[in-house]
Amino acid sequence: MPKLTIDGTEIEVEAGTSVLQACEQLGIEVPRFCYHERLSVAANCRMCLVEMERSPKPIASCSMPCADGMVIRTNTEQVQRARKGVMELILINHPLDCPICDQGGECDLQDQAVAYGFDRSRYTEEKRSVNDKDFGPLINAEMTRCIHCTRCIRFCEEIAGVSVLGAVGRGTHTEVTTYVGRTIDSELSGNLADVCPVGALTSKPYRFTARPWELRKTETIDVLDAVGSNIRVDTRGGEVMRVLPRLNEDVNEEWISDKTRFACDGLKRQRLDRPYVRRDGRLQPASWDEALAAVATRLAGVAGTRIAGLAGDLVDAEAMVALKDLLQALGSPNMDCRQDGARFDALERVGYLFNTTIAGIEQADAILLIGTNPRIEAPLVNARIRKRYREGGLKVGVIGPQLELTYSYDHLGSGPEVLTALAEGTHPFAAVLKAANRPMLILGAGVLARDDGPALQAAARQVAVTANLVRADWNGFNVLHLAAARVGGLDLGFLPQAGGRDTRGILEGAQAGEIEVVYLLGADEIDASRLGSAFVIYQGHHGDRGAHRADVVLPGAAYTEKNGTYVNTEGRVQRGRMAVFPVGEAREDWKILRALSERLGHRLPYDSLAQVRDRLAAVNPLFAGAENPASALWRPFGQSGVPGSEPFQPPFDTFYMTDPISRASLTMAKCIDAFVPSREGKTGTHG
Amino acid sequence: MLRDEDRIFTNLYGFESPGLRAAQVRGDWAGAKELLLKGRDWVISEVKDSGLRGRGGAGFSTGLKWSFMPKKSDGGPVYLVVNADEGEPGTCKDRDILRHDPHKLVEGILYASFAIGATAAYVYVRGEFIREIQRLQAAVDEAYEAGLIGRNACGSGYDLDVYVHTGAGAYICGEETALIESLEGKKGQPRSKPPFPAQAGLYYRPTTVNNVETIAAVPTILRRGAGWFAGIGRPKNTGTKLFCISGHVNNPCNVEEAMGIPLRELIDRHAGGVRGGWDNLLAVIPGGSSTPVIPRALCDTVLMDYDGLSEVKSALGTAGVIVMDKSTDIVRAIARLSHFYAHESCGQCTPCREGTPWMALMMDRLVEGRAGVEEIDLLFEISKQIEGRTICALGDAAAWPIQGLIRHFRPELERRIAVARQSAAA
Repeated sequence: MPKLTIDGTEIEVEAGTSVLQACEQLGIEVPRFCYHERLSVAANCRMCLVEMERSPKPIASCSMPCADGMVIRTNTEQVQRARKGVMELILINHPLDCPICDQGGECDLQDQAVAYGFDRSRYTEEKRSVNDKDFGPLINAEMTRCIHCTRCIRFCEEIAGVSVLGAVGRGTHTEVTTYVGRTIDSELSGNLADVCPVGALTSKPYRFTARPWELRKTETIDVLDAVGSNIRVDTRGGEVMRVLPRLNEDVNEEWISDKTRFACDGLKRQRLDRPYVRRDGRLQPASWDEALAAVATRLAGVAGTRIAGLAGDLVDAEAMVALKDLLQALGSPNMDCRQDGARFDALERVGYLFNTTIAGIEQADAILLIGTNPRIEAPLVNARIRKRYREGGLKVGVIGPQLELTYSYDHLGSGPEVLTALAEGTHPFAAVLKAANRPMLILGAGVLARDDGPALQAAARQVAVTANLVRADWNGFNVLHLAAARVGGLDLGFLPQAGGRDTRGILEGAQAGEIEVVYLLGADEIDASRLGSAFVIYQGHHGDRGAHRADVVLPGAAYTEKNGTYVNTEGRVQRGRMAVFPVGEAREDWKILRALSERLGHRLPYDSLAQVRDRLAAVNPLFAGAENPASALWRPFGQSGVPGSEPFQPPFDTFYMTDPISRASLTMAKCIDAFVPSREGKTGTHG
Repeated sequence: MLRDEDRIFTNLYGFESPGLRAAQVRGDWAGAKELLLKGRDWVISEVKDSGLRGRGGAGFSTGLKWSFMPKKSDGGPVYLVVNADEGEPGTCKDRDILRHDPHKLVEGILYASFAIGATAAYVYVRGEFIREIQRLQAAVDEAYEAGLIGRNACGSGYDLDVYVHTGAGAYICGEETALIESLEGKKGQPRSKPPFPAQAGLYYRPTTVNNVETIAAVPTILRRGAGWFAGIGRPKNTGTKLFCISGHVNNPCNVEEAMGIPLRELIDRHAGGVRGGWDNLLAVIPGGSSTPVIPRALCDTVLMDYDGLSEVKSALGTAGVIVMDKSTDIVRAIARLSHFYAHESCGQCTPCREGTPWMALMMDRLVEGRAGVEEIDLLFEISKQIEGRTICALGDAAAWPIQGLIRHFRPELERRIAVARQSAAA
């Protein structure tokens, strides 16, 4: 533990701490551009120079490790002069086009130029400019503004795990670019706009749309995958302008996926902004009163067992508990929150959670991926695995299709037979898991959705037992869900009640005419053609698959428009906050159900959000508050059975469109155009 | 003046064959096994006592550098890298060693590698030196064949592999960490230090990087003793040095001389004097293009060694002596160097990437006098904003020639500005 003196204050820091980090610990601000705490140290911007005793030259504090007896000064004239000198040199070739630059108002260079810049330029020569580059539909590149800090290059190499960016040329002709003219093909590319300290790389969809000081910032939770990334939604008026990541070391660190960031334009398209009732075979606009009356009329006299409810992927726990209560009041045991038709054993929480936790991946030394492609299903889980991989000594095995991951892995096979072999301990990778100190497996949600899902869940549990994945202080059994609503629904028991039907049963019943009324709470990923002649009530925010089939449409709120509770794949209870009001006549979802219940004569006993949340806590104490995932006890779960032999299939064809919001997003459509190879195969003459 | 028997590079001019047999006749490889058997510590202490300082420009004590290497092996590889990427304008000493006396280098590599416990040695040769690479490779092959290097080198029980690697012509790859990056197959950009190469160099293993001339001097030092080498020159500036005299002299040449020889004696005795006589001398760049120019008044008395030149705010550098007589447009000469450094900047650090082209553009205007007098001070200030603020010394190297010019030739700069003003007014 070296002890050093900074500006007269003694500080003891951990070995390996850089001078800059030590300064930060003391609250001394050191200006910097190239240094980023999650990236390797480049020490090329030279802005963080400080004075070190017995060194004739100022040192770059970001790359100098603290040593015993060092004497550092950050406030001397020499330091000021050095920083001002560097600032002047950074600015001579910077275009100073802040009035037309999207970074304006939130630009590191702008801020630091106020502190260290001159009020005029002494540079009278011609400025450098470079040709614009096309990095694809997400990142706008204005490389004349680039200050060559190489943060973006290091981000791509180190975090995103794709070698697409580099610096070509030398000296003043150095240009950061893709090689050659390629787009940045990564599901984390949006973060480049955040790591870039200037306006060289900015968000293309957000370009020229708003200034940061016009925006209202709401801290909330993302729902487009089951990670539950912490985000900040920036709004102006009633419009979501952009989505940015928020720091949460346990979940998303400071990154978010491109879908989380860029699908927000889908919130403005295909919206259900008023109720609709199907008359004469067509959905026609109606008032709330008419819509609720239509539902009440149809439900009158229908037996509870002939009513069913399905909850979708983006639904908050408040809405689910309200629908559950309503269905039960109506006497219906038919409900399921697993619209993918999964039938696994949901009685034991440990059997469906990501028990290791996302941050826990950093301790793992062997990972088995079963039928999952985390790069597409949960890019931030994948980023964590890569982070762990870069430290070395991590073994990864994959069962399922060959994947393009950002770390190397052993492909063990493509179907359940490998899982069985691992469960029996006869597969060589079982020995790898057994020998590891912190082994874990990740079971894809797509595996559980198969016909033989329950048997596969049991087989995975057996792997955990055989390879000793669950130990006193370590639980290596993980399920990676795809939907933000899923764990919340499971936790509050939005599942078939005694004698009730699950998703498959409901659809079969609807087809056979045994189910008369189906209530779709944001459920769009079902095969709507199998609903038969059932009366379909769709409550949700997008005119997607469910609404098209509906007989009554009740317009609900998207995740940015309501205060909702979500439980991520780790079992972490997080609260989203309302950033804007629901569009048009749409309402928060639990309120719609509360209003409907009154019409149906089964008034739900809550009138405020607080009361709904009390109800949630009564259903499952986990909802009462703790943000950290509660560890679940390792108990038996799963059903015995013989797994089939079909190889595992990926649950999505593409990362970019997986839910009603991203399907409505123009940006996501452009991404598919740019990044997803067309099935027909493009020819040389394509655009 | 250096006596003939004290010369290290006895075939500097290529009058004899560079081959192994001829080299052995000249004394190379004599008693190599015995020298090795005296042990690592003896070799290091002998080199330390000789006062040998790095001949690549920075002048760091070679023995001291070697002693930074880990004393005990951790089982992994340790490397010696020889810097033969001689690119400093005005310097051509390593080239003559490579083509005329390559066995001096190969033998030196053996001792140096042995001293630092290296498992392999790499020679990174400037790509343009095609013939030199061939000669060096031939010498390495001969040495392998004769059992002088390779497995059980010279029968000493020490194993050493020597590889010759060619660069691709970037000046920055002569900087030791950029050279390492380039050798690893990456873009040649200097690394931030610490860690120094002795801790994490080539492939992040302990590495020593030495100049060709430094390594080639080692065998003779070991054979003749540290005392002999230390007895030449002045304290802290010991031994002999290759001087490359170019420019406006009657007989441009490479010559080995004692450290501390007066500049005037060096030029007059070996280079046939300044063209048009000593009085026709304008200025001298004493140590390769990066060192500050010194005007004639200082040339009269200055001694050519590390301390002597630092007293006149210049440096010995690589001892590439560029002589300029009064026909020289000194501003244009320095402007040309500024362009060289702007062109060769790797582009990593802000001050060098942005500052070197700025200085070059200002120098262009100063050549014609198209500038304000206050811009001379601005230029000096910019050079100070670059110097010492970068990862490697290229920023310094670009700043020094301009600082030297302004320090000694400011009246000339002002005169040009005045002339340009007048002609603009007329």
